[in-house]
Order: sequence, then C-alpha cells, then structure tokens
Amino acid sequence: MSPGLWPPSAQEVVFLLLGVVAVGAALLVVTTRQLVHAALWLVACFGALAGCYLVLTAEFVAWVQVLIYVGAVVVLLLFGIMLTRAPIGRSADLDSGNRVVALVVAVATAGVLVSVVVAGFREAYAPLRPGDGAAQTMGGAIFRNWVLPFEALSVLLLAALIGAIVLSRTDIKAVE
Amino acid sequence: MHVVYPVVVAALLFSIGVYGVLARRNTILVLMSVELMLNAVNLNLVAFDVWLRDVLHGGQVLTLFVIVIAAAEVGIGLAIVLAVYRNRRTIDLDRLRELGEPVEPPVGDRG
Repeated sequence: MSPGLWPPSAQEVVFLLLGVVAVGAALLVVTTRQLVHAALWLVACFGALAGCYLVLTAEFVAWVQVLIYVGAVVVLLLFGIMLTRAPIGRSADLDSGNRVVALVVAVATAGVLVSVVVAGFREAYAPLRPGDGAAQTMGGAIFRNWVLPFEALSVLLLAALIGAIVLSRTDIKAVE
Repeated sequence: MHVVYPVVVAALLFSIGVYGVLARRNTILVLMSVELMLNAVNLNLVAFDVWLRDVLHGGQVLTLFVIVIAAAEVGIGLAIVLAVYRNRRTIDLDRLRELGEPVEPPVGDRG
C-alpha cells in the first residue's frame, strides 16, 4: 500500500526542490537574451538533474551525467558559441518570428503530457532502495546483458569522431 | 517516491525543450533545447527503472546509452554548424533558406 501524495516524504521534497531548479534553469535557457548565459543555465539545469538522479538512487547515471553533460557537452557548446563569433553581450535577435506559435505548441504539449501522466501514474509508488544504481550493479548489467549494444555504441562514437573531424577540416576541396 | 513527481518534471522539461526548438533562431540554442528534451527522456527512463525494478536494469543502461548518443550528436551537430558558418557567415535558421521552396514562384515556370 503506497502512502498518499500528501504530505510528501523528505526524499520527495528534496526531489521537488531539485526539479524546480531544473525546470527554472531550463526556462532561462530558452528565454535568456545572452547566448553564453544560456550555456551556463544549461549547466545549472543538468546539475539539478544529476541531483534528481541521486535522489532516485541512480548514482552511476548521476556521475556520468555530471562528467559528460556538464563536463563535455556544455564545453563543446561553448566552443561552438565562441567559434561562430557570437555576440558576448545582449543580443536582440535570438528568437525567431514564430515565438507565439511556439509558445502555444509548447503549452499544449505540456498540458497533454502532464494531464496524461498524472492520470496514468497517480497511484504508482516506487520505494527507493539504495545501491540499485551503484557502479557495481550497473557494471554487471552492462557487461553481462548489454555488451553488444555497448560495443556498437563505441563504434558509433568512433564514427562520430571521424565524422566531426572530416566535417570541420578546411583543407578538403571539392573534386574538379 | 511517487512516480508522478519525476514524470511531471520530465514532461515540463520536454515541453520547455519543444518551445526552445521552435522559438529560437540561433542554431546552437536549438541544439541546447534538443539536449533539454533528451534529458527529460533520461529522467523518465531512470524513474521507470526505479519503479519497475527491471532485472536487466534496462532503464538506467539505456539512460547511459542516450547520454553517449547525445554526446556524439552534439559533436556532429557542432561540426555541421561550424561548416555552415564557414560557408554562409551566419547560423540563423531563418536565413538558411536555400533548400526551401521559393516564396513567389516565377511566372511561366509551372509547366
């Protein structure tokens, strides 16, 4: 028998606070007028999400999130911002003309998704058990049951690496 | 932990990502919004893995795979953005219209 939705437990309060931070930072990512600030708010959003994973006992996923998203992906995006000579300060033309349509579509998406998941999972309760997402468990799962997709992913990463190098080389000319 | 909390947070993050993809003009900001949507999916995967207690830990392993694929996607995406910037001197999505239909088709060219 699951406890009621109210009052929330301590874990749920922590999760909700982190979730509010993540959603607020995400809102700032899509509304801020400064390109570099968007990347920095993305760091805040990903960090709060890593905290959410920790509360959900997915430790290994949380640290991978910090390492790859906060560490690598945001740095890549900052590199992209710098290399395209984006204006550092405030810029007026970051939003396209169809903002109102985008807002309508996003609010409609949020309404449909939230109402559906609340209707579908109102009773669902997941008791948290520490250690389910620890590195030992995850390593066992990956290298026992998921070896083939893991290897395929390493080939995919290699292909992406070579593709990125080929795409960004400037000394390859078209064949006459 | 009630499943409804992480799932609602994920739904809100996903729709914020949808707004960003549709409303932003700068290509790098669109890539950031795509990352937001991928993270929403990750949160869903972790929450359902914790709820359903999959023996294979499918949810969390798939989350790791999605993170790796997102890293590859950002690498390739930024390489493409840089190539576009080198050739066109702009990465505004509104101005990259070479593949679009011409707004006013020339008269006599309808045959």
